[in-house]
Amino acid sequence: MYKYFPHTESDIAEMLERIGVSSLDDLYAEIPESIRFDKDYNLHQSMSEDEVRSYFKELGNLNHPLISFAGGGAYDHYSPSVIAQLIARSEYLTAYTPYQPEISQGTLQYIFEFQSMICELTGMECCNASMYDGATATAEAMLMAIAHAKKRNKVIISRTVSERVIAVVETYARFHGVVLDYIPEKEGVTDKAAMEQMLAADDVAGVIVSTPNRYGIIEDFTGFAESTHAHKTLFIVNADPSAMAVLKTPGEWGADIACGDGQSLGMPLNFGGPYVGYLAATRDLVRKLPGRIVGATKDVDGKRAFVLTLQAREQHIRRQKANSNICSNQSLMALYVTIYMALMGKRGLQEVNEKSYAGAHYLCDKLLATGKFSLCFDKPFLKEFAVRTTLNREKLLKHLEEKGFLAGIPVEGTDDALLFCVTEKRTREEIDNLVSLIEQEG
Amino acid sequence: MSTVLDGLYYSESHEWLKVKGEFGYIGITDYAQHQLGNVVYVDLPEVDDELNQGEEFGAVESVKAASDLLSPISGTVVEINEALEDKPELLNEDAFNNWICKVKINDTAELSNLMDAEAYKAICE
Repeated sequence: MYKYFPHTESDIAEMLERIGVSSLDDLYAEIPESIRFDKDYNLHQSMSEDEVRSYFKELGNLNHPLISFAGGGAYDHYSPSVIAQLIARSEYLTAYTPYQPEISQGTLQYIFEFQSMICELTGMECCNASMYDGATATAEAMLMAIAHAKKRNKVIISRTVSERVIAVVETYARFHGVVLDYIPEKEGVTDKAAMEQMLAADDVAGVIVSTPNRYGIIEDFTGFAESTHAHKTLFIVNADPSAMAVLKTPGEWGADIACGDGQSLGMPLNFGGPYVGYLAATRDLVRKLPGRIVGATKDVDGKRAFVLTLQAREQHIRRQKANSNICSNQSLMALYVTIYMALMGKRGLQEVNEKSYAGAHYLCDKLLATGKFSLCFDKPFLKEFAVRTTLNREKLLKHLEEKGFLAGIPVEGTDDALLFCVTEKRTREEIDNLVSLIEQEG
Repeated sequence: MSTVLDGLYYSESHEWLKVKGEFGYIGITDYAQHQLGNVVYVDLPEVDDELNQGEEFGAVESVKAASDLLSPISGTVVEINEALEDKPELLNEDAFNNWICKVKINDTAELSNLMDAEAYKAICE
């Protein structure tokens, strides 16, 4: 018997009898023997607590933590330790979904605050209770554009959007019958003239761009909203919410929808997740926003209260008409970034970005000074930038990894370009060490 | 007790149709608005939309439910009642005076698939 199954022999016998088969093997008779798993699981029979602890400590010792100069959508920002303590409270860790407002005021309130703060950061008018991650939030934004346009099924996306986001958007498009086309890039940014040409056919439901983009470049969207709106097309901006504390927001660019990943709001890298996506829009589109929206209201005694609102268009009531069927909010992670935003405040977030900017530009200048690097594009950047190197890229990365550095990530589609990232966590000493190691390499 | 007006055509899904020459006005019945409760949103069709008898052309959302609107007749939308965009509660105030859209009727023979006031009253009881 499989030792981690909760069912007793008699439970199983009873179930088999009820459905009229004599053994578990008979139950799976339809599955060919050749593909059945017939080995024992590679698990220890039993271990004491002490043994388990030392076993995992041994495993942990196999890790080689690296000092990260890599970004590309996930950033090593400072994460106040109080957040991990607060989200560990049992009230927050429950699997309970907040449908009954009378017993979930705390949960509803923090979701309301998440929505409010994301709106303020992005300059948008409404926001849902969060999404799975930035890539799926962008795919949902695409579906919103399609639902809004009614008679158009084409969305165009800039090639300067992160390739990982594009991959997810492509998958959603394929299975929703959405025609996805690509706006070419020109010198590292979205080719506006090409976009305008694509819009001219009046068959595009939405345009998706991002800032800072896949090369870390802060894109200039002057005139984008006017061009898209002239063709009744929605303008969608995927934006790093942390950077919005210092950059022009999607709202200021005239975007109809803002989306992106909230990981940059102090969430640990967590080996790639869980992260949290955000999806915000103008008021006109509030009914097209998938998932939950928490609203503030007053109870019968006039006291401030929170409720899930605009639920009727949600999948559990009108499933076949819902824009989205996988829009569960990433509540615990939304709480994480809500506490982060509350702790950092406007000034704190600005400092994070100012320090990241200073560090990134310091590293960039130092790299250029070695004579072994040149900028891929001479465009404004914040915490991330792409450079070409005359050194052997793979050899360089491997060497630096041995010395304890994750020195940027290769730019896809090139064999000599690297994307470096510097956050406020990188000290001048770490940057200088990285540069001197690189100098030795050449 | 819900109001049912004489002289209109009714569908089993609780829409009414008022015929004026080659045009028809479509709305939901007083019975339907009572069943829904407070209407908070009307998802209107667009001008030039082609409607087919019995098929969905929009939705009415209340605080507790959302219902599809099924067209009582086939035709082309020539006008929509934009007032409902900002004031969906008009349907609760007077479901018969606040039509949802006006269509150019394709085929009046389809009217025979609908009920008159007497027959509709019977199914509302």
